[in-house]
Amino acid sequence: MSGDGKTALSVDRLSIRFGGLTAVESMTFDVREGEVLSLIGPNGAGKTSAFNAITGYLPAASGEIVYRGVRLNGLKPSRIAVLGVVRTFQKTSVFAGRTVLDNILIGLHLQSRQSVLAIILGLPSVAREERRLVEQAREVLNFVGIESHKDKLASSLAYGELRMLEVAVALAARPTLLLLDEPVAGMNSTETMNFMAMLGRIRARGVTILLVEHDMKMVMRISDRVVCLNQGHIIADGPPADIQRHPDVIRAYLGERHARAQG
Amino acid sequence: MRRLAILALLALLLSVPLWVGNFYVLHVLIVTGIFTIAAMSLNLLLGYTGQLSLGHAVFFGIGAYVSALVSLGFAVHLAPDWLVTLDPQPVWLAMLCAVAIAGLCGWAIGRVSFKVRGAYFVIVTISFAEVARLVALNWDELTQGPMALNNIPPLAVSLPGLDEFDFIGKVPNYYLVLVAAILAYVVIARLVHSRAGRAMIALKENEPLASSVGIEVTRYLVLAAVVSAAIAGAAGALYAHYIQIVDPNVFMFLYTVTMVIMVVAGGKGTLAGPIVGGLIFGLLPEVLRSFAIRPEVQWVAYGVLMILIVYLLPNGIVPAVASLWNRAGRADAPAAPTTGSSPGRIVP
Ligand SMILES: Nc1ncnc2c1ncn2[C@@H]1O[C@H](COP(=O)(O)OP(=O)(O)OP(=O)(O)O)[C@@H](O)[C@H]1O
Ligand SMILES: [Mg+2]
Repeated sequence: MSGDGKTALSVDRLSIRFGGLTAVESMTFDVREGEVLSLIGPNGAGKTSAFNAITGYLPAASGEIVYRGVRLNGLKPSRIAVLGVVRTFQKTSVFAGRTVLDNILIGLHLQSRQSVLAIILGLPSVAREERRLVEQAREVLNFVGIESHKDKLASSLAYGELRMLEVAVALAARPTLLLLDEPVAGMNSTETMNFMAMLGRIRARGVTILLVEHDMKMVMRISDRVVCLNQGHIIADGPPADIQRHPDVIRAYLGERHARAQG
Repeated sequence: MRRLAILALLALLLSVPLWVGNFYVLHVLIVTGIFTIAAMSLNLLLGYTGQLSLGHAVFFGIGAYVSALVSLGFAVHLAPDWLVTLDPQPVWLAMLCAVAIAGLCGWAIGRVSFKVRGAYFVIVTISFAEVARLVALNWDELTQGPMALNNIPPLAVSLPGLDEFDFIGKVPNYYLVLVAAILAYVVIARLVHSRAGRAMIALKENEPLASSVGIEVTRYLVLAAVVSAAIAGAAGALYAHYIQIVDPNVFMFLYTVTMVIMVVAGGKGTLAGPIVGGLIFGLLPEVLRSFAIRPEVQWVAYGVLMILIVYLLPNGIVPAVASLWNRAGRADAPAAPTTGSSPGRIVP
């Protein structure tokens, strides 16, 4: 099921420290083009910290992060987004005071080109581009299935729709690698099913996905590979079936979740 | 509907000199207009990027001084044996210089202080304004210090084939300020409805999310600072050539506070907000003056009104009226599309 097998993202001996605390220690893993790779592990294992380092929100204490041949260390988040690496946040994060459509238009920032001078002069090209952006925004909203809410304020959406909007904003930035941090946390099972269906559609577009998620049923269903992190260290890396049987993973994390994932 | 309202408002503003014969009233309108332009420029920073500039009068003051100095000419020693002189230049050129230099100062302030956001930004802008005031006060050779720059020439334009036209007196200056205000409005409106304005709003709403979709933080904050400062500089230049005298008091904190009040009371982050706020708080002191017997009473009334507005309409007048309007519209036509059910923190 995985793509052509070429390495998209490579994380090499990445360490992340907060003062004396080491959140991630010498972490090494690759994400291949077109695959869905899940990063799992108990609370505080360092999953979000790894996301933050990859996307430029945290400095790496040591190690290399390379995406499609470009070193990401030290780049600003906005620069990393230009390279096609876009993330969502564990804590729900949208432009709450704006409409759903506005949220997507902001997400489309990199798809627009008009210079400040052209904008101030009100050149026709600016209006043309705006129309094109609105069109694109509608497509994105259609894709995630919240088009009917486009004129609502983001803050007035239901929780499930809000989490869809977050992904829609990220998709608007045209990622080639999408990092999702616990996207279905707090969703009910219908919403989770919808979300999984959408993930399928995203990957069908050739987007590589790096997923952090505690919902093991979902992780085991949709991942090509799973990396398990415990206390900053990778303790297992392999296809879902192997991970489920891995004694260290069961001891450190799966435990009682194991039974559920099997079911 | 909206278009009609705008046309009606324009017609009203254009016709003012026809039915207002009183020169003092026109004078008040001109000064109010100039400060409204400054408030509009402040709104770009405060309302759209969320940065509070408490030194905004500095850009206004720099615009006034630069335009005055370039049009008057100057001779100043930058070192004991290094004399820099400038012959008097046409006023339109002086005004352009004012806009450019104010914009440049906005750029510098933006670069420096957007590294340190929030409270630090406020402090940097206050300090900058105070430094500018002290320079204007003490650099006698250039600014005449407290003696002020006098006899600043009015704007004069000469079109080919026509006589030179001087903007002297109330009526020409009224139209000059009106045109400048419309220009400033158009520039700001185009900006905030574009990708650049959305980027600014995004940074205000949620900076980490904005940068995750590729929006460069510093770039758009600095852009807002430059445009905002340039427009404030233009307002300062208009002021200098209208009043024809500039002294270091243009940098006073009070002016900044007036602009902030205009923006906050009118509704920050809305295009109409600073205009409504500017008109109210520009004209109010004069209206009160005509009623009240003593100045103390005027200022108390002014203060009370301000507190009432901020207390009852925390988002400002324009958002409150807009949401009342929306409600009324919804009551009339329940089928009308809801344009966002904003959390209603409106007057009871
Ligand atoms: N900003 C911070 N300052 C100090 N310590 C932090 C910070 N962020 C995370 N940590 C610590 O780093 C470790 C890893 O945290 P991280 O958020 O990466 O875990 P996680 O795997 O995402 O956990 P969860 O499943 O709960 O989201 C934890 O011990 C956490 O307390
Ligand atoms: Mg986490």
